Amino acid sequence: MSAQDTTDLPASVAELVEDFHAVPQQDRLQLLLEFSRQLPALPERYGEHPEALEQVVECQSPLFLTVEWEDQAATGEDSTPVRLFFSAPMEAPTTRGFASILHEGLDGLTASQIAELPADLTERFALTQLVSPLRMRGMSAMLERIRRQVAQLPRTTD
Amino acid sequence: MPIGADTTDPKFAEYAHPQRLVSTAWVAEHGQDAGVVVIESDEDVLLYETGHIPGALKVDWHTDLNLPDVRDYLDGAQFAELMSSKGITREDTIVVYGDKSNWWAAYALWVFTLFGHQDVRLMDGGRDKWVTEGRELTTETTTRERTDYPQVQRDDAPIRAYQPQVLEALGQVPLIDVRSEPEYTGQRTHMAEYPQEGVLRGGHIPTAASVPWARAAAEDSTFKPRAALEAIYQEEVGLDPTQEVIAYCRIGERSAHTWFVLQHLLGFPQVRNYDGSWTEWGNSVRVPIVSGPERGEAPGAAR
Repeated sequence: MSAQDTTDLPASVAELVEDFHAVPQQDRLQLLLEFSRQLPALPERYGEHPEALEQVVECQSPLFLTVEWEDQAATGEDSTPVRLFFSAPMEAPTTRGFASILHEGLDGLTASQIAELPADLTERFALTQLVSPLRMRGMSAMLERIRRQVAQLPRTTD
Repeated sequence: MPIGADTTDPKFAEYAHPQRLVSTAWVAEHGQDAGVVVIESDEDVLLYETGHIPGALKVDWHTDLNLPDVRDYLDGAQFAELMSSKGITREDTIVVYGDKSNWWAAYALWVFTLFGHQDVRLMDGGRDKWVTEGRELTTETTTRERTDYPQVQRDDAPIRAYQPQVLEALGQVPLIDVRSEPEYTGQRTHMAEYPQEGVLRGGHIPTAASVPWARAAAEDSTFKPRAALEAIYQEEVGLDPTQEVIAYCRIGERSAHTWFVLQHLLGFPQVRNYDGSWTEWGNSVRVPIVSGPERGEAPGAAR
């Protein structure tokens, strides 16, 4: 299988796409499972305030996410890195796996890098046939919400 | 030799077809007996890989049972190949279990029934109950020797309804809508800021009664006792247990759970699952739709 064109992606995302294409189809689910195990836990300040996170209702299982400027800055600019936070139960490994991929690839990108990600990004991981298009919708819904939340982060006004 | 029914739970004996359920204890004891095949079928495609009942196989509703192109199920040859590759024979007793109160397990059981596999059972309480009871899980891959499962013609008519048949049935055969309340009333597809679920119209099929599927399940994911189920489907909704009935949801999976309840636990004579469900009906041109909490009436002009 030839790796897809990744030239329009930030390096961190391109690397992930290439990783998924590099493993044979039958091992790809296992890779997704590994990602699901690596999803970082919420920082304490969110763990105590789950209502501060937005639920992605398109996911089959409860998935909550939020974004903030790096170093918890109150405001930022398009060139400021953004941090991502996810929460999903252990009984939802697929949802956790999707979240973990997005965390690995997008956490620390700047607001403009996230805004410029291609709309079909979630289709690039060669997972669609493996997990079914319907299930992939949860992942694209996550990306949509990340983008919207990043666009709505307070900007520095001069 | 046929595998006997699980007679350890007095609750099962009250159901119309008690042999269709086994307990977690039964699976712990007999799950690896010769002639018994345990299958896990989940909503989450990775859950099986995180740990499953020892000896259990995985069957995924999307990637194993549905065709990737046409919106339909496997044909007889494809089903025979699936079963053969899993090492299942036509005579085997299949026990299906899964997440979410056996929602997807019931769907797999329904698909197996389309092919007339005689002995398919559900493990009452599904995966959640097994895990809650602290029973053994393994990540060890289950391998069974390949079998030669016969090619059988899929027989949809007894348990599957197509859209034209549902249209024809309006006002004649009672319908059960097993989706959530906001989906039934039509509120869900109008939620602000949320992407549409791929359906152009919200609401329900005229005359359909609303009974969200999960009402048939108890807190611990097991099926409610027969009397509690009768209170819902017969007393509250008014279904006549001697009549036929059609159930539907969004894509036919939640309604497979209700199909199991009506067909096997309450023993209705003809229960069909309309698997086209709302994703077909809500996108169809000029089919009648009712929004709001009322069941609505069958369009008189159609008769």
